[in-house]
Amino acid sequence: MQPIIKIEKLSKKYRLGAREPYYSLRDKISELFKFKGHGRGKTKEFWALKDINLAVKQGEALGIIGRNGAGKSTLLKILSQITPPTKGKITMRGRVASLLEVGTGFHPELTGRENIYLNGAILGMSRREINRKFDEIVAFSEIEKFLDTPVKRYSSGMYVRLAFAVAAHLEPEILLVDEVLAVGDTQFQKKCLGKMSEVGKEGRTVLFVSHNMAAIAELCQSCVMLNKGKIVKVGESKKVISVYLANQYKSLTGSVDLTRPMLRRNSLENSLFKWTQIQVINSRGERTSSLEFAEPFEIIISGRATKAIRGLSAGFGVTSALGFPLFNSHVIDAELPSDYPAGKIIFKAKLNPNLLGPGVYNVDVGAVGEGVADWIPEAIRVNVEQVASKAGKAIRSNYDGIVVHPCEWSVQLKR
Amino acid sequence: MLYEIKPPKGLIQINLSELWRYRDLLYIFVWRDIKVRYKQTAVGVAWGVFQPFLTMVIFSLFFGKLAQVPSEGIPYPVFVYTGLLLWNYFAAALTGSSDSLVANEGIVKKVYFPRLILPLSSTVTPAIDFAISFLVLIAIMFYYGFTPTLIGILIMPVLLLVSLIAAAGLGFLLSSANVKYRDVRFILPFFIQIMLFLTPVIYPVSIIPQKFQWIAYLNPMAGLITLARGLLLHTGVVDWKLLPISLLSALVLFVIGLVYFRKTERFFADIL
Repeated sequence: MQPIIKIEKLSKKYRLGAREPYYSLRDKISELFKFKGHGRGKTKEFWALKDINLAVKQGEALGIIGRNGAGKSTLLKILSQITPPTKGKITMRGRVASLLEVGTGFHPELTGRENIYLNGAILGMSRREINRKFDEIVAFSEIEKFLDTPVKRYSSGMYVRLAFAVAAHLEPEILLVDEVLAVGDTQFQKKCLGKMSEVGKEGRTVLFVSHNMAAIAELCQSCVMLNKGKIVKVGESKKVISVYLANQYKSLTGSVDLTRPMLRRNSLENSLFKWTQIQVINSRGERTSSLEFAEPFEIIISGRATKAIRGLSAGFGVTSALGFPLFNSHVIDAELPSDYPAGKIIFKAKLNPNLLGPGVYNVDVGAVGEGVADWIPEAIRVNVEQVASKAGKAIRSNYDGIVVHPCEWSVQLKR
Repeated sequence: MLYEIKPPKGLIQINLSELWRYRDLLYIFVWRDIKVRYKQTAVGVAWGVFQPFLTMVIFSLFFGKLAQVPSEGIPYPVFVYTGLLLWNYFAAALTGSSDSLVANEGIVKKVYFPRLILPLSSTVTPAIDFAISFLVLIAIMFYYGFTPTLIGILIMPVLLLVSLIAAAGLGFLLSSANVKYRDVRFILPFFIQIMLFLTPVIYPVSIIPQKFQWIAYLNPMAGLITLARGLLLHTGVVDWKLLPISLLSALVLFVIGLVYFRKTERFFADIL
């Protein structure tokens, strides 16, 4: 049988560098008067995807994994025709629906009912199709009572539930999903995963990009691992995921430069504050991201403000290697000032005690404020070693769970 | 369903069957814009009545009374309102469609659909205001003792359609230019204001010397407004030639806009 998606020698080039993402006519006009070789030309080319070959069978649920900037999202964007490839060819044998974001096009002023129609149409459903599935969508979303309330009054949970309910009722032959399960409460996530595996059973093809390895392992039989725009490994999900996790150990470093534009897909282009570096310091003051079990450590994040900024909320979040969010912490939690002058700002957070169990963790950094939005997922990785000897105390190595919570034990014996 | 995704090359043809499949989306965008507008403004529908009416009052005062602009023997308020009716539609359609891609950036970057639908739907939305203003015009006509003729009423949808073609064409061009050059949205209001005075809205074409009138008629709106006045208000002999001339220049704008739009369309998501 012919594959439903056949990708041949696919490449995508982006230009990065000196030039702004968009320019003004004024710049264009003044450029006309400059000599060639002057001004621009500092643009760097960069291949987001390079020579990708892949065939996806009908009914297959394929996971796509890889670090930030590996090209996962670019691949989905090309498959959903949002952006064209630079080279290569894709042959598709079915109707595609893509979920690169839940709630695309939701309008805050419109009611839940109105947004179901709007979002459904944007995702490619006809009005008849929406009418037919309307009750089902409402039931799935669990928001019956608020159907005629503008969505701007919804809680973020309700918003996501409604958005996913619409998306879950699409009936394309090929479904492209990008990280949408990162939001919403755990119970609803499970419901969505259930709905999506149902989709797979009905003979539909699903391509699923996620940082959540548990979700990938549960949903997808096979998996593709991308790195720097190339396919590194294809095969059974479990095997590919274990290669991915093993690679995470290898790429450990105590300090990461955060100025690369590639890291910033989710940030405001002209954010007044941008992260520049993240460091992890162990209890002996060494810069390393390999920590001993239960060893207190420090996270140092530095950034630069181009102007004086107000209402800055900066902080980080820690997720497990499988992509599960554990906790986050912000400077404002510590009742420190939130207004800063222009210049370099260094935030230090001491994690003492260190409650993380043995394993690899990702640290995301984020900053929001007036004119500020800079969010970098997986800015650095931290490895907590399996076994350590802490001051001569023997520590058992078989911990279950992600968190190691210190407990004060006492034992009583009664007769 | 089988199709290929390849790097764009040369002139891209317009996929009419695809546009047709997405007609529901066009309808939904129009419906959304109308809904949102009437929810956000406290006065809602009344705004559609007041805005052209007030403009008419002010123009009548300054151009009609003070500047004594000729109006072919018709009371100046009726004369200028007829012009404003079509002009306001054109200006609103052009403004809306030029901004449509940038305003819907979130959708353009995340979902595929024929991008043409966005500027196109923005030219349909102001037709609602046009309909309301037209009812007001009929009331004004009765006030000044004009009885609307059947042909005068029936021609209005045709004139509206030709205005839509012209506005859509310019809208295609400016909306895709706006994606790349963000100062387009600052230049546009200025451009529309200049065009208001270069189009015979506040004055009749007859004040332009005969041998230069053809230049005025290169602007499709000039012919349409003159026709509307001739048929509704009986200003002399109706020159039916103006309809095909306006249609032709509207179509030229439409094709130019369409070609430029199609050429830049595939990279919108990368630049936005």
